[in-house]
Amino acid sequence: MVGAGLVVIGVGMGIGRIGGSAMEAIGRQPDAYGKIQTAMLIAAALVEGIGFAALFAV
Amino acid sequence: MPLVPNKFYSIFTLFIVIFFTVNTVQAKDAEASVDLKKEIKEYITHHLQDAYDFSLFSYTNKSGKHIYIGFPLPVILWDEELHVFLSSKLDHGEKLVASGNKYYKLDHGKIYRTDASGVISYDESHHVKNIAPLDLSITKGVASMILIATLMFFLFRSLARSYEKNGGVPNGIGRFFEPIVLYIRDDIARPNIGDKKHGKYMSFLLTVFFFIWFLNILGLTPLGVNVTGNIAVTFGLALLTFLITNLTGTKDYWLHIFDPLGSSMKWFAKIPLYVILIPIEVLGIFIKPFSLLIRLYANMQAGHIVLMSLIGLMFIFKSWLGSPLSFGLAFAISIIELLVALLQAYIFTMLSALYFGFAAEEHEHH
Repeated sequence: MVGAGLVVIGVGMGIGRIGGSAMEAIGRQPDAYGKIQTAMLIAAALVEGIGFAALFAV
Repeated sequence: MPLVPNKFYSIFTLFIVIFFTVNTVQAKDAEASVDLKKEIKEYITHHLQDAYDFSLFSYTNKSGKHIYIGFPLPVILWDEELHVFLSSKLDHGEKLVASGNKYYKLDHGKIYRTDASGVISYDESHHVKNIAPLDLSITKGVASMILIATLMFFLFRSLARSYEKNGGVPNGIGRFFEPIVLYIRDDIARPNIGDKKHGKYMSFLLTVFFFIWFLNILGLTPLGVNVTGNIAVTFGLALLTFLITNLTGTKDYWLHIFDPLGSSMKWFAKIPLYVILIPIEVLGIFIKPFSLLIRLYANMQAGHIVLMSLIGLMFIFKSWLGSPLSFGLAFAISIIELLVALLQAYIFTMLSALYFGFAAEEHEHH
């Protein structure tokens, strides 16, 4: 239970960082908006998968 | 105007005070709420499972009997011979069904063969010992999938036909779907698979995108179907991606798996590396579709659990403050779920396209 909580904290931080970095990247290069968004979603989905694996292991 | 926020704050404080008073008063009859929590938990697990009949809602009447409102679906069993009967005969596990010379009974969502008296026996670890026949029933999930598949067939047939009729301009609902189809072609398939080869994968990508999207949306309606949150369904979808990836794989795709370093190294130097590399690459073939199936399943399952739990809060609070709170939260989560429904369909399609891109790659040999 505690482990799952820790994993979720980690996943939250990870997705937060991905989102934040993507925002920064869009701010730097607004033209590449579409590409950055796609890359962000893929990365976020991969991190999210780990979170769900932890939640379902409980 | 400082008056309005002040008024708002005082009302808000009053709400909080009442909320906590109500809560502390309610904490006294905790014993009754344990039973209620168990019932809500059971209700959620029941919702997440597939069912043999399409029940819309149920209630308990005055004499304590559960009444289900809905319509039955056909049960198809293969047990040495074909048995077909309507699920209303099972009566949610209350009745024994005689079909041919065999007897069947529903127990915890599964159909088992029993003797004429309808006894279901358990072993020590509480598993059912009765034989389960091969089940090919049209369950709630299957019925929803058939519904969506038929809907999609007519929708996109009419979209395709409107191009012929109007000379390249869609009409009706096709005007809504045309940009989405073009988006999948130009922003998902083309950049990932390549200009030359994306054509032959387009039909699968479009089908899987709209199928998952529509089913996700259907899962948010009060019909209470949970199709994409069923691991068997997502397994089937991921299996298709797996088969298409590997059956259309080019020579370069397989070379990338079994000989990733190519001619950049002498063969005897490659051996110790390949002892580690090849198993990892081979495992990767299976992990890719596996992550697809887990992601879709877990996302939809989790969404449904959260939504149902928030609705269940209403019955735990049992106060006129708890209900709006529960409603507000459930409403907000529903809006997010609408986004997730689209996002998961997009990610499944996107990653499938990415894997097809690996399969279709052709390097320049040097």
